[in-house]
Amino acid sequence: MTSTAPQRNEPSRAFDRSEARRARNAGRAMRETVFRIVGLVATILGLVALTALIVDLVISGYPRLTWDFLTNFPSRRASQAGILSAWVGSLLIILVTTSVAVPVGVAAGIYLEEYAPRNRLTDIIEINVSNLAGVPSIIYGLLALGLFVYGLGTGRSIFTAGLTLALLILPIIIVATREAIRSVPSSLREAAVGLGATDWQVTRDHILPAAMPGVLTGVIIGTSRALGETAPLITIGALTFIAFLPTPPIQSTPPFVNMHWLWEGYTVLPIQAFNWISRPGSDFLANAAAASIVLLVITLGLNGVAIWLRARLRRKLKW
Amino acid sequence: MTMTMHGTFKASNGAAAADGGRIFAQLTAPKIVASGVNVFYGEKQALRDVSVEIPNQIVTAFIGPSGCGKSTFLRCINRMNDTIESCRVTGELKIDGRDIYARDVDPVELRSRVGMVFQKPNPFPKSIYDNIAYGPRIHGLSTNRAELDAIVEKSLVKAGLWGEVKERLGDSATGLSGGQQQRLCIARAIAVDPEIILMDEPCSALDPIATARIEELIEELRRTYCIVIVTHSFAQAARVSQQTAFFHLGDLIEVGPTEQVFSAPREAKTQDYITGRFG
Repeated sequence: MTSTAPQRNEPSRAFDRSEARRARNAGRAMRETVFRIVGLVATILGLVALTALIVDLVISGYPRLTWDFLTNFPSRRASQAGILSAWVGSLLIILVTTSVAVPVGVAAGIYLEEYAPRNRLTDIIEINVSNLAGVPSIIYGLLALGLFVYGLGTGRSIFTAGLTLALLILPIIIVATREAIRSVPSSLREAAVGLGATDWQVTRDHILPAAMPGVLTGVIIGTSRALGETAPLITIGALTFIAFLPTPPIQSTPPFVNMHWLWEGYTVLPIQAFNWISRPGSDFLANAAAASIVLLVITLGLNGVAIWLRARLRRKLKW
Repeated sequence: MTMTMHGTFKASNGAAAADGGRIFAQLTAPKIVASGVNVFYGEKQALRDVSVEIPNQIVTAFIGPSGCGKSTFLRCINRMNDTIESCRVTGELKIDGRDIYARDVDPVELRSRVGMVFQKPNPFPKSIYDNIAYGPRIHGLSTNRAELDAIVEKSLVKAGLWGEVKERLGDSATGLSGGQQQRLCIARAIAVDPEIILMDEPCSALDPIATARIEELIEELRRTYCIVIVTHSFAQAARVSQQTAFFHLGDLIEVGPTEQVFSAPREAKTQDYITGRFG
């Protein structure tokens, strides 16, 4: 500090330096502006494309969005066709998917981050989990066809579909859980360990609550992806024309809960929409657009719930 | 720098000397005894052959330049180093005559007897009440709410924080000032009813006023606990401790009554450090 200060006051050198600095600053300001414009254009492009897509969907699908459309089964006549079996199927499958993928994924993430020793084996597992998140979904469909449908004989059921999508989103949830755990400050862990908390108490009482918002972000991304998946479900035999609903999960006689629906056939919204798009005639195209809107609303709705939950959890943490 | 250091130190000398006789009468039964402790991080040796006796009911200060191993040694006493995978400890470290690195010692149980306060205040992101109550809860120290309330109050009183927070025990602990947070962390450590309290540079993130309050508190607490404090500042070591250990590059250079280490160090390196020649 004291040795550089007098140099700065030397007249000749100060001039040279400020000249060079001005030139450099001018270049920097230019680059700043250019990047700002590029960024803005990129953002607008993305937004415009998305808006155009949604507006187009709404224009062609909105007239078909009636109560009947939601409560009717599919039909050969476009005007009478509905998506009851599709949206019920989508929701039931997501129920199976999340109730399998979330506990398993979070547990695996906790294990890998908190308990597993750092060695070659865990390195290999880590790389593989990250890679699995990028495997094309049709591969999961083929795996599930061999493993569940033929291997375990679970058939073309909601159960099979739920498990398949659970496999698909498992890596997403594991990676998100690990990232979230890693971002918990180590001082928090030290505080709990220093008080004599066991590994499990540290994880349950401190790490997990602090990591929960991050975990939920992974769940949101995973669920949205699962809701929109078509390819693996076609592979494992989703039906496209279903004129019945699965057995209700609740019944009036003991044991009051009925799990029979797990083993029944199903269709989902993206498959229903895909099926309608492939038919001739603009009537069915309108149906497809309307079904897509419903899918969009369900996805946003589920995300909304998760985001609300996340905000609540963040508030509960009194940082 | 050296002048002010010396001045501060001299002022506290009298107080330290006054009760010096009583303190070292207690030296006969040391609380913590380390003999030949080595610590390795992977291949690197962080601490070499450290042997020291730490008596009960006095404050022992570990001083020395950064990276000298003083914090590493502190973290051996509650086996906090266990959480670092590459860390290996050899030698013998006894508390009340029992080797804490013996196979049958549960580090979790050990840490409930050896509390720790960290460099940066690290309250849990919970209410003030829950911060204090967490330790007693996990160790089952209370059977009902009234008992827990009593523990929380007693701990906060001991840490000199009760008056400031009793009206807002439900508020977030992170909303407190830095000094209050650190006293909360001390209260949290006390709530588990430990015998030893380790403090790892507890004032380095605090302003002078908050530091003074913590130092007063340490003086209060040493009547009940065995306190070991790591500090960068030898003025602080001189003010709060009765015994000082000087570490340098992984070696314990010198240990003795604080007044002696500061006024008549036996080792040249200690002399150099406290007169400001390095560090």
